[in-house]
Amino acid sequence: MKSETLNRMKEIFRDVFDDQTIELSAETSAKDIDTWDSFNHINLIISMEQAFKIKFDISELSSLKNVGEMAALIERKSGA
Amino acid sequence: MSNKPSHDSFTHLTDFPLDINNLMKKKMSIRKELLQGSAEYPLKKIAIMGGSTTAEIKDMIEIFMLRSGVKPLFYESQFNAYYEESYFENPTLEAFKPDIIYFCTTNVNINEYPSVKDTEAEVQAKLDAQINRLTDLWDRVYKKYNCTIIQNNFELPYHRELGNLDSVSLNGRVNYILRLNAALANFKREHSYFHILDICYLSSYIGLKEWFDNAFWYAYKYAVSFTAIPYLAYYFVKVALSLYGQSKKCIVLDLDNTLWGGTIADDGIEKIQLGEETPVGEAYRDFQKYLKSLKERGIMLAVCSKNDLNLAEEGFQHPDSILKRDDFLSFKANWEPKNENIVKIAQELNIDLSSIVFIDDNPAERQLIRSQLPDVLVVEIGSDVGQFKNILDKGGWFEIPALSAEDLNRNKFYEDNQKRTAQAAEFKDYGDYLNSLEMQAEVGSFNDFYMERISLLINKTNQFNLTTRRYSQTEVEAMAHRADSLTLYGRLKDKFGDNGLVTVVIANVKNNECHIDTWLMSCRVLKRTMEIVILDFLIEACRERGVKKIFGYYYPTAKNGLVANHYADMGFTFARKDLEGSIWQYEIPNNYQKKNKHIKLVESIDVSKAGIGERS
Repeated sequence: MKSETLNRMKEIFRDVFDDQTIELSAETSAKDIDTWDSFNHINLIISMEQAFKIKFDISELSSLKNVGEMAALIERKSGA
Repeated sequence: MSNKPSHDSFTHLTDFPLDINNLMKKKMSIRKELLQGSAEYPLKKIAIMGGSTTAEIKDMIEIFMLRSGVKPLFYESQFNAYYEESYFENPTLEAFKPDIIYFCTTNVNINEYPSVKDTEAEVQAKLDAQINRLTDLWDRVYKKYNCTIIQNNFELPYHRELGNLDSVSLNGRVNYILRLNAALANFKREHSYFHILDICYLSSYIGLKEWFDNAFWYAYKYAVSFTAIPYLAYYFVKVALSLYGQSKKCIVLDLDNTLWGGTIADDGIEKIQLGEETPVGEAYRDFQKYLKSLKERGIMLAVCSKNDLNLAEEGFQHPDSILKRDDFLSFKANWEPKNENIVKIAQELNIDLSSIVFIDDNPAERQLIRSQLPDVLVVEIGSDVGQFKNILDKGGWFEIPALSAEDLNRNKFYEDNQKRTAQAAEFKDYGDYLNSLEMQAEVGSFNDFYMERISLLINKTNQFNLTTRRYSQTEVEAMAHRADSLTLYGRLKDKFGDNGLVTVVIANVKNNECHIDTWLMSCRVLKRTMEIVILDFLIEACRERGVKKIFGYYYPTAKNGLVANHYADMGFTFARKDLEGSIWQYEIPNNYQKKNKHIKLVESIDVSKAGIGERS
């Protein structure tokens, strides 16, 4: 996982959850962020898709459990 | 010159044209920002009855409602339970008492489509069954909840098994959905409580390719994509608030590079770009044509330009100018600051600043108005005339629940008023002037014919409005039929034209006392003594019911200072203050003498001659 990907993800997390103090690691998951519920999860996915100009497959949508998995998938799909 | 607020404010993202990506990304910050300062906003209770997941739709509706100064409270049905939760017993929804029920359904909620093997009769039977199921639902919901219903119609299907034949064959889904939508439109025309959000149009404007997101449908059961949801919510709010009279009434326009290309003072009338000789000239002409058609449906036009008056007026003598000088009810071409001119325009036309839309190609002027007159809607019109018409059209600022005679005749009312003002100047004695107007009034209890106009007046009158209580048409209808309520409307006509229905009173009668819940009058007929006529009728109606004492209430707002002394003027005496304002009382004398001197009372104003109900 590249630090540039993580940094860009961090900005998106901060916007979506409206919390400028969020820090991310590969292990960060829904249980670490109070407002990360199933509805906000969708906003998160959409914002990632827009920022990285990618589109997740249906099969991938349900597998994104933590930041590390998300970053790996984003890097693979965007060729970053 | 930048229009963006300098600090971390994101509310501008909610303004049209929408910046969808940032709007979605900053949703939480926008919501937080808008919620501060929403404490005093009027509440609207909205039940979203969804045919698919609606969480994001609700969030976006909330943002756009707050942006319009209304605080929504929500009931949200369970996923795809729109039918069950509204058709059957639902104590939670009953306790919620919705103002609006929004059936947010899409073509995934169509129960049965025709098959290719169906005969024409079989297709018809399916169509009838679908329509009956829906009309039965709306009827029942309306009877039970007595509230406004907003219903999505159906977007076209993404897939067409029959290809291009799909819109032609009765067995095609495209054909079937178009017929369903026509049936919905028929129902709307016959039921004033029912309104359609045209997602068939909206989805084609956005593009079906953008409207659907298969992954999001399969994964989260969203029938509308996240990029389309902000538009859906934006236009829902425009339709919903139009029911409460929040649509705009007047467009204030700059001239140079807004209504024609170039600067008339520098280029002269022969050089300004207007007409079909050049692409730019044609675009300006088309924009003028669009404005002219808005004028014909009742939007008032005014000019606010930094120019010499004679040069500005000369521009409309251009042979290709669609708009003429007479199309503008107010014309300010001078060198005063535009914010001062706009305030004068609002005063002249007797309208609220919040019903004005301002169009100017100059970003500095837009910024000035935005900062000095925050109630005026300043359109980010840009500087490309090719886009002017599109932006003005898609902003949705002029939504109306139905095409009323009131709207169609509005410009004439104001033109007539200008003639009256001219005549008033010729009379030394105001009473002589009033008599010269040859006024006729029709006064009666609310009846079905006028319900729409009555509820519109209730929702948009700000100045001559004693209590500023807002009621939906549905609520007004309910009050009209209650035995303990006393309702009055008044229409006023004079030799210059018909002013239409201009005044409304709603009062409650109990224990031989009458309490005036609502007394309002359109500003268009101020100082015509129409309120005296209404007082006479009110007192007569009270005496018929054995009422001895009338109580009037004045609740001050930022806009109704005009009527602070209304009850004193009507002969009431001050009784006491309460939390909201002041209470006034009037003991009806046994020998009450009618006070009206200047207005002739008629049984019913001749509708055909007055031009109500037809275009004039």
